[in-house]
Amino acid sequence: MASVSGKNSQKLDHPLDDLIRTDRIPHIWCSACGIGTVFASCLTAIKGSELDLNNFVMVSGIGCSGRAAGYVKLDSFHTTHGRAIPYATGIKLANKDLNVIVFSGDGDLFAIGGNHFIHAARRNIDMTVICVNNLNYGMTGGQVAATTPYMAKSTTTPSGNPEDPFNLPLMAYASGASYIARWTMLHTRELTETILEALLKKGFSFIEVLSPCPVNYGRRNKEKSFDTMKLYQENTIIKNNADPSELDIDFSRKVILGKFLDVDKPTFSERYEQIYRPEPQ
Amino acid sequence: MTAAIRTGEYFITGDVACAEGALAAGCQFFGGYPITPATEIAEHIAERIPDVGGTYIQMEDEIAAIASVLGASWAGVKSMTATSGPGFSLMMENIGLGICTETPCVIVNVQRGGPSTGLPTQGAQSDMMQARWGSHGDYEIIVLAPSSPQEIFYQTITAFNMSEKYRVPVIIMTDEIVGHMSEKVIIPEAKKIKTVSRVIPKGRKDHFKLFKPGPNGVAPMPAAGQGYNVHVTGLTHDEKGYPVMSVEAQAEMMTRLTGKIKKNLDDIIITESYRLDDADIALISYGVSSRTSMTAVDEARRMGIKAGLLRLITIWPFPDDIIRKLAKKVKGFVTVEINLGQIHREVERCAGDKARAVLVGHPGGTIIPPDSVIEKLKEAF
Repeated sequence: MASVSGKNSQKLDHPLDDLIRTDRIPHIWCSACGIGTVFASCLTAIKGSELDLNNFVMVSGIGCSGRAAGYVKLDSFHTTHGRAIPYATGIKLANKDLNVIVFSGDGDLFAIGGNHFIHAARRNIDMTVICVNNLNYGMTGGQVAATTPYMAKSTTTPSGNPEDPFNLPLMAYASGASYIARWTMLHTRELTETILEALLKKGFSFIEVLSPCPVNYGRRNKEKSFDTMKLYQENTIIKNNADPSELDIDFSRKVILGKFLDVDKPTFSERYEQIYRPEPQ
Repeated sequence: MTAAIRTGEYFITGDVACAEGALAAGCQFFGGYPITPATEIAEHIAERIPDVGGTYIQMEDEIAAIASVLGASWAGVKSMTATSGPGFSLMMENIGLGICTETPCVIVNVQRGGPSTGLPTQGAQSDMMQARWGSHGDYEIIVLAPSSPQEIFYQTITAFNMSEKYRVPVIIMTDEIVGHMSEKVIIPEAKKIKTVSRVIPKGRKDHFKLFKPGPNGVAPMPAAGQGYNVHVTGLTHDEKGYPVMSVEAQAEMMTRLTGKIKKNLDDIIITESYRLDDADIALISYGVSSRTSMTAVDEARRMGIKAGLLRLITIWPFPDDIIRKLAKKVKGFVTVEINLGQIHREVERCAGDKARAVLVGHPGGTIIPPDSVIEKLKEAF
């Protein structure tokens, strides 16, 4: 927080201050990083839901995005690397009144934590998973991730990435999620509306948000901060209900954004109650 | 008789008795993953926990199982998991998270022979040091070792009570032999079972410090959803729960984490003496091995050897003082355990130069017969 002093100064409040642990600011995110924008969208959506703030819980894993849990003024849990989803599963199953948000990065959720993601989606645990996808491991200095594009450079793929990245919405779809969407952090309004919709949605919701890491990914791939924003604006198209198999990220073609799935089906907890504690006939 | 406490006399296995003890203690959440020889605990809980309003979920692996248990604890319910060697290894990182974030929960390890896949269907006591030091970093932890189905019933309740009182994961180290043996188990009336629940904070929520210790060194613990806006992190943190990366913060947190155990040793350490008063030789044993040791003591006494047994019920924190005092009275110690000398090394440490200490151990797969203990007694002393 900037501190303003002087006789005629005005206190500069941020409209989201009531949802931020302002005593923990400044945050650790680099200049031109996109996580803060995604975080702000998430907080705006939480406020917009008009639900009881005491019932919101944010769970993160490890990494830059995983630090979100440390800045949000809600019950917040910064867990071990990759394990935010099973931790959140325990919270949700022990208190079904809580609205559980998992806010974490691509490395955390889809490499070390990939197994947990597919199983939580399959079980249709009622939670919202927001993945900030910056295509690499930012906090440790820019190593290759399960989302790094083919031939992209990282500190551990100095001549280019020999692997193909995951198509995350396709994985969510195949695993059984109820709600799937993708935006970039440039599409702030759409992203905020989508998070709000997902928070109110019953079942497993997944939102992938493309977000720049200029310091570790952009720098090694000749992509300046502004170049990434241009890609997000010019090389994307919005196609709701797109076929999940078309959703590979390749900025040399158009990257598809939008809401891809929104279906209603029973959650794990609903089925558990129905099967194990049926209402007396 | 209540849904949770099935008062009566039963002929059941140690695993089933453990599950019944958990329900009697108030367990409301079990994150499971099948593994021999601990599976029956999960199976019995899965069948019974709906009746007490709780939830069983079979997670995708043991890492997820322990993570879900920690999450459930922060949502305000008593929670547990049960596993064996390979699963125990997978749980280690999150057990550390539980210690660092002072999260009450119970973990049962029904030990089998190791390392690796080892002897899935045969007992051992070879994870005792892993229970103490398996997660990285320094810490104190509470570990109990039951020797019979009846005892596992009571110790599971004790484990929950201690975990709630001290805000620490408590590990029950049993083994395939106790887990799978069937014996008479008496489940008493509900009013005779003492259960303890975590202290809930009082006072202003906006000035609340999540890790500010109370009089016994343990901080009261709110649950998610109660308006405290808690922040819980595995990073080194201050009393507020906020990460602080400094030498001072690390020292302060570590003092708190270890102090709450070290200052309450009298309350935590449980041992049992058998024919020890006039003994020249003290057997030190625990779990199933303490039962064969008891037979060995009786046999030795018949042969004129003044043997006695110190049975360790609490393994960690280790009863240093008790063994040090004993070392001044006896000629020697014999540690009896189904491993190659894990607790034996602790006994040697406490015996120092006051008494000789020898081991009767083997690498796992079966009990230690009383004969092997007698042979060692004759040979060594």
